[in-house]
Amino acid sequence: MSQTVTPYLEMSQAIMEAGGEALKKCYQCGTCAGTCPWTPITDFNIRKLVRFGQLGLDGIEDFMWGCSTCKFCVDRCPRGVEIIDVVTAIRNVYSGGGMLPQSLRAFVGSLSARGNPWSGDQAKRNDWAKEKYPLYTKDKEYLFWSCCTVCYDPRNTRLAKATAELLNQSGLSWGLPSVDVNCCGESLKKVGDLELFERLKNNNLDYFKSNGVSKIITVSPHCLASFKKDYGDDYEVLHLSELIARLVKEGKLTPKKDFGGVKVTYHDPCYLGRHSGVYDAPRDVLKSIAGLDFVEMGRNREQSMCCGGGGGGLWMEKLKGERLSDLRIEEALETGASVLATACPYCITMFEDSVRTLNVDDRIKIKDVTELFLESLDVNIEELMAGASDLNFTCKM
Amino acid sequence: MSRIGVFVCHCGLNIAKTVRVSELAQFAATLPDVVVAKDYKFMCSTPGQEMIANDIKQHKLDRIIVTACSPLMHEQTFRKVLAASGLNQYLLTIVNIREQVSWVTHDIEEGTAKAKALLNGAVYRARLLAPLTSRVIDVNPDVMVIGAGIAGIQAALELANTGKKVYLVEKNSTIGGHMAQFDKTFPTLDCSACILTPKMDSILQHKNITMLTSCEVSEVKGFVGNFDITIRQKARYVDHGKCNACLACTEKCPGKGVSEWDEGLVKRKAIYIPFPQAVPQKPVIDRDSCTFFKKGKCRLCEKVCEQKAIDFDQQDTFIQVKAGAVILATGYDLMDTKPLIQYGYGKYPGVYNALEVERLFNSAGPTGGKVTMRDGREPQAIAVLHCIGSRDKNNSEHCSRVCCMYSLKFAHLFKEKTSADVYQFYIDMRAAGKGYEEFYNRIIGEDVKFIRGKGARVAQSPDEEGRLIVEAEDTITGKFIKVPVDMVVLSPAMVPRADSRDIARLFNLSTDKQGFFMERHPKLAPLSTMSEGIFIAGVCQSPKDIPDTVAQANGAAAEALTIVVKDKMELEATTAMVNPASCCACQNCVRVCPYGAPFFNESKGVSEINEALCKGCGLCASVCPSSAIIARHFTNDQVLAEMEGLMEF
Repeated sequence: MSQTVTPYLEMSQAIMEAGGEALKKCYQCGTCAGTCPWTPITDFNIRKLVRFGQLGLDGIEDFMWGCSTCKFCVDRCPRGVEIIDVVTAIRNVYSGGGMLPQSLRAFVGSLSARGNPWSGDQAKRNDWAKEKYPLYTKDKEYLFWSCCTVCYDPRNTRLAKATAELLNQSGLSWGLPSVDVNCCGESLKKVGDLELFERLKNNNLDYFKSNGVSKIITVSPHCLASFKKDYGDDYEVLHLSELIARLVKEGKLTPKKDFGGVKVTYHDPCYLGRHSGVYDAPRDVLKSIAGLDFVEMGRNREQSMCCGGGGGGLWMEKLKGERLSDLRIEEALETGASVLATACPYCITMFEDSVRTLNVDDRIKIKDVTELFLESLDVNIEELMAGASDLNFTCKM
Repeated sequence: MSRIGVFVCHCGLNIAKTVRVSELAQFAATLPDVVVAKDYKFMCSTPGQEMIANDIKQHKLDRIIVTACSPLMHEQTFRKVLAASGLNQYLLTIVNIREQVSWVTHDIEEGTAKAKALLNGAVYRARLLAPLTSRVIDVNPDVMVIGAGIAGIQAALELANTGKKVYLVEKNSTIGGHMAQFDKTFPTLDCSACILTPKMDSILQHKNITMLTSCEVSEVKGFVGNFDITIRQKARYVDHGKCNACLACTEKCPGKGVSEWDEGLVKRKAIYIPFPQAVPQKPVIDRDSCTFFKKGKCRLCEKVCEQKAIDFDQQDTFIQVKAGAVILATGYDLMDTKPLIQYGYGKYPGVYNALEVERLFNSAGPTGGKVTMRDGREPQAIAVLHCIGSRDKNNSEHCSRVCCMYSLKFAHLFKEKTSADVYQFYIDMRAAGKGYEEFYNRIIGEDVKFIRGKGARVAQSPDEEGRLIVEAEDTITGKFIKVPVDMVVLSPAMVPRADSRDIARLFNLSTDKQGFFMERHPKLAPLSTMSEGIFIAGVCQSPKDIPDTVAQANGAAAEALTIVVKDKMELEATTAMVNPASCCACQNCVRVCPYGAPFFNESKGVSEINEALCKGCGLCASVCPSSAIIARHFTNDQVLAEMEGLMEF
């Protein structure tokens, strides 16, 4: 590649018009790249990405896919640059010209054709529920927004069932969305397909409006953040961990089973923590369980590490040695915990992959906070899961 | 019938670009009572002024309207023209068609129409203007300086040397401020104490200076020329009149407090002087660490004091001081870096802030000038992190201006006093003072390693106990860089004093977004404030280095002198007055006045206005339900006439 470059300000202008306005504020101090979890292990450099964007330089497309939108850089940026908006805008501008990586084509194609990222049959979205759980109707209080990943991904259908079971135990009035809904579109937006995102969003908003939805419980922090940031202010959106913490506090749910000293550590999902500011609720839930020995990892809460699954990362291949989830598993192992709890289906998928490829799945189990809590209520998830393998699904793994 | 002259200024193209000035003059000529109307390129120039003076004489004008720039710029200029021509200066009206018209539009049609409306209103009002007489008041010749760091010390000495009496108020038990904590000053590397302590001693010796240490301002009354200030003298528990500074008490005292002077790095006694060259050289007792105050017994200091100067019963006292002008030089605080958890200050003992390091270098400091860390080791590798909290939207948006240079100074002193490798993590190197770039070059030559990238994180080394890792991106290579060091120095933002807003309230000052005191004009009145007679100097206005602080202090002294050098001063006549016959005693005026000018006269049962405090803003008149308040120069008739004129458009 030539070492001579020429500013191409039309491209920079296009990035700003696509929502990356903030890139002009950057003074290139390097705080972002010094904070970014990818800088130490890959060639991806977020500061350079912004720099290339400022001047519209050629070559930007080579490394625009490295960011997992964990928001660590945004929180630390001394200029208040909304770096994720810049990344999204750059991807939007450049991926239009057929620059989408191979691994993301299936993802975007599935969202466009089927409304979910897992190439799942839209009609079978609620098959995991086996008609055991109610559909949302206007007389219900809460819509349990079952994320596409918990509907179609076999590992995560466990989480869907655990959540539904828990909601039943809580005595709340709730229901599932019909199969007409789409993916919330959060990752799609971060991948830069703003046009398709709007389509999915408007479809979901139509569903919310025609069914009189006002309170939404999400199991995925990605849906949570998307609803809160992009879907307007008409909805009260809660992450499941916040709801459980509240129910425990109000005495409406009380853990029964003693875990007998099981050591559990907790990974803050970026979209629950930094994006949504929820740090205490999942910890409160874990700490409410008798005999659960809770330990923190060195990097936690605001400084938590990213699993690599955001910003489309879940659908992209990464080489060994370049996976954040592997590093995070090592950190979890250092604490001596036998369970790594988290509160996000993406994190679960990333970590399940890592424990298998690192060959440590006998040393540490990956569980959602909800799953652990349901166990503490003496509900056997395995029984719930019986027959789950009948489901028709196609996805990664 | 009045005879009005209208003079339209082009201000070069400033006005003429978006207002058709000759059309405006022709329009003026058609208005009632206007005898003459002219336009001219620069009305404020000598020929412009002479034109007005000639027309006053030739056309026997008795009202002058100048349509030009803001009255803040040239009202005085044109008033003088009227006065010299034998007209009362309050018969002048300025119509601001620059800031309020030409500078806020690109459309010449709009601009011309708005200028006509404003002028029409002005003509209507001018017909009703009345001559007013300025008032003359006595001026107190003394000056109060608040804050005795280098700014306050410098200002006090300058004023005292002109023969004026100065009260120098300092809240600490010694004068000297932050400068007395430093070891060396950049870029010359002068010994800070060597250049400061002679000035501190001059303060003590000067016959015109009353030094008030351990003192704070508690109330401010009065106005320019006649401030009446209450000072709270905090109890020292030592009678400084009797104390002969033998310091036997400080040797015997068993109490232990944290040394504020040494930035908490060491303990000091409960009865103490902060540092050897403190002025006054007399101890005070810190209640919080004194064994007697805590436990009810001890009194060792009292036993050893031959002068019988210890007085445990001493109370705070209040001192009344009168002054004609006040200089605020209250300095700054260093930002607390503990909330920036990524840097580990307060968590890792190897992380220091800049003032702590200043004390480590100082021969009178906790280590006697040796660079040894909290664990007693001499560091082998040191990282200095610039811009911690400065230039940062999440903390202080301003550049603190001095950190680049003192960070370079630290590098030099580390190289001189240790064999350590020194790294500087910076964003932009700002070396824009006299001799500063040369100093930067000198430090580069001392083999200091510069990493262009803001320090992102300080972490404990996983391999070596007590060793730290600084993480950043070296933006020049684009590499993530991890530097193992023993010591990390944070160069934090300079922020306003924690109580700066309280002080601002006492003196009726504005503060900027950060809390620094607002100057009257950023370029042309940087030392004055919106409160007449109150001046500011040093970092309380914005971060700056010692040379700039001293220059400001001298300037503030000169500004204060312009007030107290005269026995009397003239005040604006455009003040409000109360017609007692119509006053309904509601006291709305007392409540709304931002200057405290109206007060309620209990015996007469009516409000009255202290004209010396009144700025003529008219707030009181607008809230007076019985129209008892008359705002001179802006009477109801005058304002209504102007509005009528405006609304004809």
